[in-house]
Amino acid sequence: MNIVIAIKQVPETSNVKMDEETGTMKRDGVESIINPLDLYAIETAIELKEKYGGKITVITMGPPSADKALREAIAMGCDDGILLSGKEFAGSDTWATSYALSEAIRKIGDFDLVLAGERATDGDTGQVGPGIASWLDLTLSTYTSKIVDVNLVDDDKVDYTNTEQNSIIVERMVENGYEKLELPFPALLTVVKEISFPRLPTLRGKQRSRKVDIPQWNLENLDMNEDFLGLQGSPTRVVNIDHPKVTRGGTIIDIREDGNVEEAVSKLIDYLKKEELV
Amino acid sequence: MEYKGIWTLGEARDGEIKEVSFELLSRGRKLADKLDEELVTLLLADEITDEQAQELIERGADKVLLMNDPALKDFIVENYSNVIQNLIEEYKPEIILAAATSMGRTVMPYIAIKTDAGLTADCTELDIEEDTGNLLQTRPAIGGNILATIKTPNHRPQMATVRPHSTKAAEKDESRSGEIVHLDFDKTLLDGRVKKLSFRENEGDAVNIQDADVVAAGGKGLKKEENFAMIKELAEYFDGAVGASRDAVDREWITYPHQVGLSGKTVTPKLYFAVGISGAIQHLAGMKTSENIIAINEDPDADIFKVSDFGIVGDLFEILPELNKQLAEEVK
Repeated sequence: MNIVIAIKQVPETSNVKMDEETGTMKRDGVESIINPLDLYAIETAIELKEKYGGKITVITMGPPSADKALREAIAMGCDDGILLSGKEFAGSDTWATSYALSEAIRKIGDFDLVLAGERATDGDTGQVGPGIASWLDLTLSTYTSKIVDVNLVDDDKVDYTNTEQNSIIVERMVENGYEKLELPFPALLTVVKEISFPRLPTLRGKQRSRKVDIPQWNLENLDMNEDFLGLQGSPTRVVNIDHPKVTRGGTIIDIREDGNVEEAVSKLIDYLKKEELV
Repeated sequence: MEYKGIWTLGEARDGEIKEVSFELLSRGRKLADKLDEELVTLLLADEITDEQAQELIERGADKVLLMNDPALKDFIVENYSNVIQNLIEEYKPEIILAAATSMGRTVMPYIAIKTDAGLTADCTELDIEEDTGNLLQTRPAIGGNILATIKTPNHRPQMATVRPHSTKAAEKDESRSGEIVHLDFDKTLLDGRVKKLSFRENEGDAVNIQDADVVAAGGKGLKKEENFAMIKELAEYFDGAVGASRDAVDREWITYPHQVGLSGKTVTPKLYFAVGISGAIQHLAGMKTSENIIAINEDPDADIFKVSDFGIVGDLFEILPELNKQLAEEVK
């Protein structure tokens, strides 16, 4: 079973500055990490590979420095990395990002499953995973919380014309419970934290990750529609960025020293009554 | 044909129209009035009656496009997307709003690709730009540290998902009139690949933190699993749900569906209690838009107090039992 994982490099801290002109993030001076939710996708892929064999290719779109995120994923146990990088991708929204990633995944070609974190902690949209599924017409499960089973009819490549083709059974977390779905391959799953517990990189993995060649793909070596890329390919435009005031300036009662618990709580109850909450 | 009209994507579950469908109408009504256009709810469901659909009109819709079919009973993104995409091509709505739920956040990005539409996730404010009539969509990003306003100047429809509970449903107005249009499900649109095998419901409503009006959440400060009993008691006085910080979930004091924050769920209840939760930025991102926030923590510098409407600095093991005691008397 061959797996592609789409990951994103995100800023480590939440104190990110925005470029007021372009409305995009200034990434200088901030340490970058693999999007925390992508780690669950990486771990899930490695567990599936350990059980069913195959190859894991990890892919990201970003600046040349995003190479580091791919090497970290390889150190955990992924086989190959592909970096989608070039100025033609700059300013992409989720529509254009999912287009570029889907074309790269199409070029990789030989895959049964695409995995991604449910969303990235910076943009927080959760739209790129479903977007890739839509471009490539993959079956889709979002908020996937458990791999229940994998049905492999045979070890050969998936035959899309075979009705008894290979499939994966998963649970996805919804508001009031868990749905169990069966998805024929090729499928795309976006995963939540409950699905796995990410492992640390191994020494051997780290050594391999330093040596492995990570190709850089862009308009020069990918067959893509240039009009669909970057800012010009993006239907949406950021028109304003606000830094909202976080502080609410509420009433804070400090009873650590000689405060009266009963009195403080009764003031809280008064507040709840005033706001018609009790 | 020109793109015209505002659509909201209704949601139904187990033969009931979900509350988020009515909330979307409050958003949509404002936009429709500004643009002087029609507000339409599209509802894909199974066995929703006209009487039920009428409530959508009473709460703001001018028209309901109702498609009932057993094949649409369960939300399967491939099927829903095929149907909605077809209807978009036929009716050409200018704006489509859906709730930022497990359904909305799945089907909307899937459709946006197929229809070359711009899509903005999890909006908390929507407005119309005066000169252009474009939809202005405002959403929190970077862990809620910024509010980005986004528009889609050259593509139609303009699509947005809206954070559940970020607005109130309008009161029912029985004098409102509108039209219910019954649509037939075209069986050729059934994708048929994905099968829903079963559904496992959360045990008790206390788990459904995204649907609850009140969420009582506990964190590391509770010190051990048993102490969550006090949080559960607090939630029960409000028929609320029990939330938790990532720390509490990672310590296995409570299960993952309760987790609030960037790697858990986003909630916007009327009332949120944060007990023994320091307020890491990742947690704040998941609850900061709650209407009222009450914090109980022993650290006066904890960030949770910055977003609180009311806070008590002190020992939660003294405060929480006293709070439960006084609430018990109130309820009595």
